[in-house]
Amino acid sequence: MKDEVTLMKGNEALAMAAIRYGADAYFGYPITPQSEVLEKLEEEMPWDTTGMVVLQAESEVAAINMVYGGAMTGKAVFTSTSSPGFSLMQEGVSYLAASEVPALLINVQRGGPGLGTIHASQADYFQACKGGGHGDYHMIVLAPSSVQEMADMVALGFDLAFKYRCVSMILADGTIGQLMEKVVLPEQRPRRTDEEIRQQCPWAVNGRKGMRPSNVITSLELDDDKMEENNWRFQATYREIEKNETRCELVDVEDCDYMITAFGTTARIAMKTMELARKEGIKVGLFRPITLWPFPEKELREAAKNVKGILCVELNAGQMIEDVKLAVECKMPVEHYGRFGGNVPTPDELLNVLKEKLINK
Amino acid sequence: MINEIVIAGFGGQGVLSMGKILAYSGLMEDKEVCWLPSYGPEQRGGTANVTVIVSDERISSPVLNTYDVVVVLNQQSLDKFESKVKPGGILMYDTYGIHKKPTRTDITVYPIEATEATIEMNNSKTFNMIVLGALLHVRPMVTIESVLKALKKTLPERHHHLIPLNEQALNKGASLIK
Repeated sequence: MKDEVTLMKGNEALAMAAIRYGADAYFGYPITPQSEVLEKLEEEMPWDTTGMVVLQAESEVAAINMVYGGAMTGKAVFTSTSSPGFSLMQEGVSYLAASEVPALLINVQRGGPGLGTIHASQADYFQACKGGGHGDYHMIVLAPSSVQEMADMVALGFDLAFKYRCVSMILADGTIGQLMEKVVLPEQRPRRTDEEIRQQCPWAVNGRKGMRPSNVITSLELDDDKMEENNWRFQATYREIEKNETRCELVDVEDCDYMITAFGTTARIAMKTMELARKEGIKVGLFRPITLWPFPEKELREAAKNVKGILCVELNAGQMIEDVKLAVECKMPVEHYGRFGGNVPTPDELLNVLKEKLINK
Repeated sequence: MINEIVIAGFGGQGVLSMGKILAYSGLMEDKEVCWLPSYGPEQRGGTANVTVIVSDERISSPVLNTYDVVVVLNQQSLDKFESKVKPGGILMYDTYGIHKKPTRTDITVYPIEATEATIEMNNSKTFNMIVLGALLHVRPMVTIESVLKALKKTLPERHHHLIPLNEQALNKGASLIK
């Protein structure tokens, strides 16, 4: 099974990678453009092979609470949805974060707000990176820009969630979800045994068998001082994550005069824009954050120190640009270009924008 | 060599599956490939289109605005995509139901009578393989052997007996190019 190159949709790669990771359970509710995750899982019937549970819940609210329950037992559980579905899940996300239990959430974004459209969007950047649910919490937010990364980020997301006892999110979009590309899936790993979970997750609520004091997992703490103490502990974890886990890709930034910052689908489109620009003798580089939270602030500051201007391209009205501006401390012009409602810019469109907003200014 | 292709037509004409087989054929030859469908309501009637890239180099953007090859199977798609063929590129269209022919002169235009050919073959389901055969005749980006291998890989075993029929359709398509 190892190293076999196959063609697969991004959504299917998520499903296959989760089975191969040895995930214990999936709870979800279908919504375009991510329904292939659930469809692929049901087609593969992993309950017969690895023993993984696949359950179509009655709603997104039910699904996230099933994830919450599963996560408390130290099992590797995940869900997937698209924008309106993820809005429904926000209470659960906040509870997961406050309870310090690991889980993997996937949002294959579509155009909003509201029920919106079914095509690609990146308008949930704020929701994913700056909260969404209530309270001071963060998720680790991973932004895949290829089908291979869709597959790879499942294991990465789970591993980081368990390492820090936090929630990981894969923030994809409709285009990457529906796109079919070459992918090499990871090797099949066995699901962890109850004994392994007991060792790795001493906090889990999985039956103490008279061996240890009871574990209690709750997000409720009515004592203000204790709740403040909890918050300090959460914040310490977030600082640790910020220190260790930023990831980004730099393409042709060494000699570039202008830089595009983009993630996910737009980063792929921007790569083509770079090729077109370089053919015209315009030196453009690309900075692609792979973790949206923690945002690779230092890396961007360093990479952008000699550029004349930055164009931040997103499928929204201007969200990541705030982090870009903070990172470079507004030392150079930072312009935004967004398409929304499910529309996606083309490579030549971005080149024209780059000229208009930065080069010919 | 990079082949940036769009195939467009009515939902149900086999546009998406033709693109998928082309992409799989590229995979059989170890090429870089990607397949990006229009998804959602279009698949259930109305127009459907798919972008396929078959390349010897790493593929950057799966989203394109101009193409080396445009294959259109109805009038709406012809109207929409004629302007998106790169200068020097290829425009192939099925002549059935086309009342407004393409007018560009800086590209190579191949009208093919694919719908008529399905009647000769007495099987309307061979349509997309006839078109693919014609396409690969003018732009041999993958071999017919690779297409047959791809069919074997993508079709469920119970349909493998249809592979010879598909091969006939591919050959029929090639013969439509004068």
